[in-house]
Amino acid sequence: MITARKYGKPVGLLALLGVAIAFPLVFSDPTYTTIAVFALIFASAASGWNIFAGYTGYIALGHAAYFGIGAYALAIICQRYNIPGGWEPIYLIPLCGLIAGVFAIPLGAIALRTRRHTFIVVTIATFFIVQLMAFNLRGLTNGSTGLDMPIPFQWGAGYQGGNQSIYNLPFYFTALALTIVALAVSWFIRHSKYGLGLLAIRDDEDRARGLGVRTGSSKLSAFVISAIFAGMAGALFAYFIGSVQPQFDFDPLFDLSIALMTFLGGIGTRAGPILGALVLEFAQQWLTLYFTQDGLYLILYGVLFLVVILLLPRGVIPSLQELWAKGRARGRIGPLVLPVKTPVMSAGTTSPPTATRMTGQAGETAHEEVPR
Amino acid sequence: MTILEVRNASKAFGGIHALNDCSISVEAGKITGLIGPNGSGKTTLFNVITGYEKVDAGEVHYDGRTITNATPNKVFAMGIGRTFQLTRIFPRLSVLENMHVSAQRHSLRGLLGGWSRSNERQRALELLEFVGIAALKDAQAGNLSYGQKKLLEFAFILIAEPKVILLDEPAGGVNPTMINHLQSRIQELNKQGITFLIVEHNMEFIMQLCDTVTVMHRGTKIAEGTPANVRQNPAVLEAYLGD
Repeated sequence: MITARKYGKPVGLLALLGVAIAFPLVFSDPTYTTIAVFALIFASAASGWNIFAGYTGYIALGHAAYFGIGAYALAIICQRYNIPGGWEPIYLIPLCGLIAGVFAIPLGAIALRTRRHTFIVVTIATFFIVQLMAFNLRGLTNGSTGLDMPIPFQWGAGYQGGNQSIYNLPFYFTALALTIVALAVSWFIRHSKYGLGLLAIRDDEDRARGLGVRTGSSKLSAFVISAIFAGMAGALFAYFIGSVQPQFDFDPLFDLSIALMTFLGGIGTRAGPILGALVLEFAQQWLTLYFTQDGLYLILYGVLFLVVILLLPRGVIPSLQELWAKGRARGRIGPLVLPVKTPVMSAGTTSPPTATRMTGQAGETAHEEVPR
Repeated sequence: MTILEVRNASKAFGGIHALNDCSISVEAGKITGLIGPNGSGKTTLFNVITGYEKVDAGEVHYDGRTITNATPNKVFAMGIGRTFQLTRIFPRLSVLENMHVSAQRHSLRGLLGGWSRSNERQRALELLEFVGIAALKDAQAGNLSYGQKKLLEFAFILIAEPKVILLDEPAGGVNPTMINHLQSRIQELNKQGITFLIVEHNMEFIMQLCDTVTVMHRGTKIAEGTPANVRQNPAVLEAYLGD
């Protein structure tokens, strides 16, 4: 029982990783792999967004700005430095993420002077300012015409025709790598003191600050980290599509998508955004393909949004966890959280822990006495 | 020796003078009670000391330093911990996670390190044991009862090892058993040298626990002395019973 619980998780994760690696080799039809690439790009972006929005509770709806900055950064670098295509642009993706992150520092600092609804509005506003710049700074962005990306992989015989099942593979594995990195960073932050500070901010920011949590720098750094993931997703997206244009790379629907994905899967959880992204992106692409009607997924988004808010306000993952906990509790006696009565204590039965005990000889006492 | 002193503090909210040239002092190593009718400025005084409100005039001194209008985190780092009248814990974190939030570390290594291992966890568990809610360590803090939340807030203040603890109505809305329990914990900590300043409406609690009692009315101090003395002070009786 104990060993199953201890090893169950890593084994499960490894199995999932195996499935993810085998997927494009088994379902090599480019229709499927293309959908999978988009799904994973969104999964990495949603997972990165969740590090900020999920952990701190600040709902940012302007991350399309950083998605677009990442995309344009790659396009502009490739054009200025005559980068030929192939793997080189993929190696530049982290750099593009960092560029998006640099932009996020001042924009985040301004937006984070506000809270709650005002914060949401300010982030939306910063997005539209950046989009407007992409349209109008023609010398840099080529305006509404956009820029072309280098042709990715000659050996895949190009974007049109040829063997597309091979063509998609580098994109698929890059997107998978980004998703794994985003998940790993989420996990690492959730288990760090820094991440605990972010969660404390979500619950009661002023109280957290009063207890010594550095709220300002914590929020800003989390904002920048999430912008870096949006930027990397944008760069990969642009390279996959083959060109950048203001209306597609600075797309307000991007923010609605990643927010909805995160809410659907479970905001603040690690697996939630990934699950939400996989489900929604597959559904969207499938609807588009099946009904050959491009806007149909928007109706799906609307319906799902209502369903999530009405039935699963905390998302799929937390709801499942709750069911699981309830199921387990039914097997035992009594409720899961026992309403423990505070013991009547006479003064001095337990001596309060002293400073020396903390710094000096940790390791004695307490553990065994704690009822599980 | 005086460890905490407020000198001539004034604070107005619009036309209401919450603090009106108020001066109080707290002796190191003692338990000081702060009483007064509703609206007499007790909580505002707490807010002013701990940096949650800025004074319009006056000064706050602590341990030989001026801390007038310092930020809440600075005041906390200097060793003044406080609880709130309506407890402020982190409801969506577990009880143990709540404990770790207030034991902050500021080095980069400390920030990026895990919080669930180490001495800190040991100490958090000991403190939960000390206040009597160790069995609830994995429960979500928001699901605790009102009294348990108060104990949790008390415990996570202790983890930062404050020299002075300000308690805002610790016994309000708490059952008598738990009040006794809380009282014994306060006395135990006081024996170790921690100074307390306690706002409370439960007179029995104050009279049993406190070495000195300060009485506030209309934003200023009207009396000070031992519990027995204060109880017979005509100004105090007048403030409570009306003119």
